[in-house]
Amino acid sequence: MARAQRQKPRLAVWKFASCDGCQLTVLNLEDELLPLAGEVEIAHFLEASRATARGPYDLSLVEGSITTAHDAERIRQIRERSRFLVTIGACATAGGIQALRNFKDVKEFISIVYARPEYIATLDRSTPIADHVQVDFELRGCPIDRGQLLEVLTAFLHGRRPNIPAHSVCVECKRRGVVCVMVARGVPCLGPVTHAGCGALCPAHDRGCYGCFGPMETPNTASLSAWWRKLGVTDDGLVRAFRTFNANAPEFRKESERHEP
Amino acid sequence: MSPDRRTRTIKVDALARVEGEGAMLIRIAGGRVSEVQLRIYEPPRFFEAFLRGRGYTEAVDITSRICGICPIAYQMSAANAMEDACGVRVDGALHDLRRIIYCGEWIESHALHVYLLHAPDFLGYESAVQLARDHAAIVQRGLQLKKAGNGLMALLGGREVHPINVRVGGFYRVPTTSELRAAAEPLKWARDAALETVRWVSRFSFPDFEQDYEMVALRHPSEYPITEGRLVSTRGLDIAVREFADHVIEEHVPHSNALHAAIRGRGTYLVGPMARYALNFDRLSPLAREAAREAGLGPVCRNPFQSIVVRAVELVYACDEALRLIERYERPDRPALEVPPRAATGHGCTEAPRGILYHRYTIDASGTILDAKIVPPTSQNQKAIEEDLARFVQDRLDLPTDAMTWQCEQAIRNYDPCISCATHFLRLEVEQV
Repeated sequence: MARAQRQKPRLAVWKFASCDGCQLTVLNLEDELLPLAGEVEIAHFLEASRATARGPYDLSLVEGSITTAHDAERIRQIRERSRFLVTIGACATAGGIQALRNFKDVKEFISIVYARPEYIATLDRSTPIADHVQVDFELRGCPIDRGQLLEVLTAFLHGRRPNIPAHSVCVECKRRGVVCVMVARGVPCLGPVTHAGCGALCPAHDRGCYGCFGPMETPNTASLSAWWRKLGVTDDGLVRAFRTFNANAPEFRKESERHEP
Repeated sequence: MSPDRRTRTIKVDALARVEGEGAMLIRIAGGRVSEVQLRIYEPPRFFEAFLRGRGYTEAVDITSRICGICPIAYQMSAANAMEDACGVRVDGALHDLRRIIYCGEWIESHALHVYLLHAPDFLGYESAVQLARDHAAIVQRGLQLKKAGNGLMALLGGREVHPINVRVGGFYRVPTTSELRAAAEPLKWARDAALETVRWVSRFSFPDFEQDYEMVALRHPSEYPITEGRLVSTRGLDIAVREFADHVIEEHVPHSNALHAAIRGRGTYLVGPMARYALNFDRLSPLAREAAREAGLGPVCRNPFQSIVVRAVELVYACDEALRLIERYERPDRPALEVPPRAATGHGCTEAPRGILYHRYTIDASGTILDAKIVPPTSQNQKAIEEDLARFVQDRLDLPTDAMTWQCEQAIRNYDPCISCATHFLRLEVEQV
């Protein structure tokens, strides 16, 4: 008896609180999008198609952070229907810039912002997807890098771990032949503690890294802060530097808290 | 009309092929449209609250995270507002570079919308991937056009989404003359592809649906508006950007996480490609004007379904304009002007792909942000979208629900709504009870 035709793996893309930029990165694979659509069935991707299938899905890409009770429930349902679940971008992996609310007294914060709180449902914290469900792989970046996205897609479609190095941006600078902006010009740079993946974009454009890929594996943030101080950066400047798009990533959160007045 | 069609609800719980999370609800009772809601349920992210206390140079990178589809619009409006506050004007080659990277964003965003988000509606496909099964070469053309826009963004900004090279006063690094000239070849191809795009979309069939909007856009003495100008409308508004808040009011309605904007004393207005085009037809390049004529567009287009043609004409313009500016580029001596802070309030308004994007910041003498206000294009268009839907449905009560639903979705997609943007500007004052 002839075997049933091999089913294409089913891909789903989901959005939570975010800017859409990471899922846009899927559509930014201009050369690869149509070949990809030949390899997988795009079963759920609202930004791209009004046709949706209920699942189960072989691979779910999840963008955005959890900021409402409804979304906390929604991600559990998505997890149940997904064989692999990969989070993409700083919102999904660390809570995103909207996690700046996590550092405020919530009641005070809400009173500044809301005219009519009864119209809106929101949680007092923005949290990464991994705080709610098991995640099979986290792809960093604000936004993610499209080359790395392609690697993740390829790896999961072939049943292997993605090859995404966890070293610092410094290594990328050396590879790219970029002169160290901090050593040579005294420009404060988060590169020594930041996860690689961008290709050392900021130093290559004569500016310091601002940490949009979040902390590298075991970063020495305290040492870097001491160097920044020697360059004249104040405590307030350090707090703000560690509190941007990955403010809620544990290593950056702890370092920012050390410099709070 | 069958009785069951006189009373029913047309509903989409999660709109597709738009940026962000929204829903649509239309109630028909006794043969009349009784309620229309474009419901924006995307959760708010509170940018205007957490910008307070940040440095004036940080707004460029922070506000770009409001929208991954039009980050340059946010970066430019923020930079303009801060430069306005500090009394610095960026012109010459740095101004040209800003226009070029913004052209890149228009090309990327318009090509995305025309080919991947909107065209499938006109041709009866659920998505561009489905469309590609029958028309692969056309979808490929759209993707390559989009890539040309992204190429400009990456060349000048470092990357396509959330570029890292824009700053208050200019850029961190400016390209050498030969680096920029190398971008011309792919753009020439893109300009031809954009002309093909105009021809392609102009042959779609459009419902007979003209609306009498008040349209609002920037107007500049010599340029088709992108990065600056006065705010003008088709009903005589003509104000400086700093007067924006005197003329536009915002209200918070229960069904939306985005504020609705209206012109004081008049109400609904429209921003975006149709408004820019109607108010600045004479500022388009000759090639873009010619393409518009060939497509059968007059100098004003009032049918929102034809906005896809206007977007295609703007694709031609953006390629043409970027090429013109690249040709005359000489690398400036410095990548940015010095912009020392001072205590002041600054205003910035630029033409995002979807329409005017207004920023206002108050900073203190050290440059710390005391207050921020941001009004994105989609919150300005919400009322127009709802009014379009009400009229569109009222005239088509005979349609079966499936067809009606799809056409209503298409009517929403006419606006290329960016719901992520709209929501993230939920800006609310404390209400004293």
